[in-house]
Amino acid sequence: MAEAARARPMPTPETQHFWDGTRAGELRLQRCDACDQVYFPPRPFCPACGSRKVSVFAATGKATLYSYVINHRPAAPGFTPPYAIAVVTLAEGPRMMTNIVDCPQTPEALVLDMPLQVKFEKLDDAITLPLFAPAKA
Amino acid sequence: MRRNQVAVVGAAETTKLGVIPDMSQIQLHADAALNAIADAGLKLSDIDGIATAVETPQQIAHYLGITPTWADGTSVGGCSFMLHVRHAAAAIEAGLCKTVLITHAESGKSMIGKPPRSIPAYSLQGQFEAPFGVYGPPSMFPIPVLRFMKTHGITHEQIASVAVVQREWAAKNPRAMMKDPITVADVLNSRMIAYPFRLLQCCLVTDGGGALILTSAERAKDFPQKPVYILGTGESVETPMVSQMETFDSSRAFKVAGPLAFKEAGIAHKDVDHLMIYDAFAHLPLYGLGDLGFMPFEETGKFIADGNTRPGGKLPLNTNGGGLSYMHSGMYGMYALQESVRQMRGSAPAQVEGAKISVCHGVGGMFAASGTIIFTNEK
Repeated sequence: MAEAARARPMPTPETQHFWDGTRAGELRLQRCDACDQVYFPPRPFCPACGSRKVSVFAATGKATLYSYVINHRPAAPGFTPPYAIAVVTLAEGPRMMTNIVDCPQTPEALVLDMPLQVKFEKLDDAITLPLFAPAKA
Repeated sequence: MRRNQVAVVGAAETTKLGVIPDMSQIQLHADAALNAIADAGLKLSDIDGIATAVETPQQIAHYLGITPTWADGTSVGGCSFMLHVRHAAAAIEAGLCKTVLITHAESGKSMIGKPPRSIPAYSLQGQFEAPFGVYGPPSMFPIPVLRFMKTHGITHEQIASVAVVQREWAAKNPRAMMKDPITVADVLNSRMIAYPFRLLQCCLVTDGGGALILTSAERAKDFPQKPVYILGTGESVETPMVSQMETFDSSRAFKVAGPLAFKEAGIAHKDVDHLMIYDAFAHLPLYGLGDLGFMPFEETGKFIADGNTRPGGKLPLNTNGGGLSYMHSGMYGMYALQESVRQMRGSAPAQVEGAKISVCHGVGGMFAASGTIIFTNEK
């Protein structure tokens, strides 16, 4: 039996730059040209001040572990439990949901505030997901 | 809004609670509505305002044979009914309608006539949360809790005690699903669902419904039940994406809704005799106690673990047993409101003697929305 696939994002015109970025090996964020706010998820205006003058830039991919659960049941299609669903704080400020890879999915290994580095995982030709791995010392 | 201008004059749950495989979701709405209308001594034709969530007001109005002059379909998750109470009170005061029916029902367990919940792949949740394996509330709602625990120094045992204390209340409620006593060890040894939360820290999944009838305080005197007045209200929304909350140390939506209601009511925390905090998962009462200003977050875990919210404690909390032990059809806010009304009428199975003020605080989605209603039985 074929394994059920992981939920696949469907980009919109406002988010396409993000998914083009991950495919190109870049984690792209947006910065407001008026107030300097860095924000995520993507939208073509600044949620802090409303300005439509915003720029896309490549983030460093550095992050720290903000919080997580280790999901046991029910597992999402395409996932083998137990697996961690994490929220990370990017070095540039915004937070995003992700998975932590190259790391045991245990409370002992997943320590809050541990440094992480983005690692891109190709889902298919159109979509590459930004995952995170423990940063190399 | 002015205090005590509107009252609850009818309140009822569905005839059965728990597992109801012989009723579709819309019929559960009707069952609750008819019970509440009977409780208020009214006829269907007396209702001129309708509010409901998930199902639309037009579905419920048509099914019940009502053509209202006011309708509210606010659907922000499990606290939608707190928002309906707030909106209905404003509408009655403004003269848009006289007698409002608010209904909730969910075939959460049996899934009879219940539309499937899904996250569209194009939505921000679909793009930036769903691909990472979130799958239903147990995989999402507890995501903030490890950070909350670290920031505020809360222990696993303290959060487990929430479930233990609420089971004590449930034991006093004949209609509660789970009544057998449990210990902290039982909670911490129950089946792992989504670390750090285990089965007994997650809400039940049941079928049921409830309905409320509101009218002006002036008319309320002529109804068969003791009126329960609306003293203060608050609401807010933050984000449908748990990952995008401003902080996991607190809920922004709680922090807006709760204080708004207290300000409107003109009461202090020491005036609160009875408290309901929507507990889809065991961490929510801790957020509620902190965000509503009852105490610093650091003290919330110890406060519950020390027994202050248990039967006989100084702040009775979730006296029906809560979503953890009473029932949780999916949008529990209506059952919290029902328990507040019972407490204010003096008719609750686990009655808090002499209670005059009840605070009922709800959450919608995964901290996405919030509504707070403060009731009193004294005008």
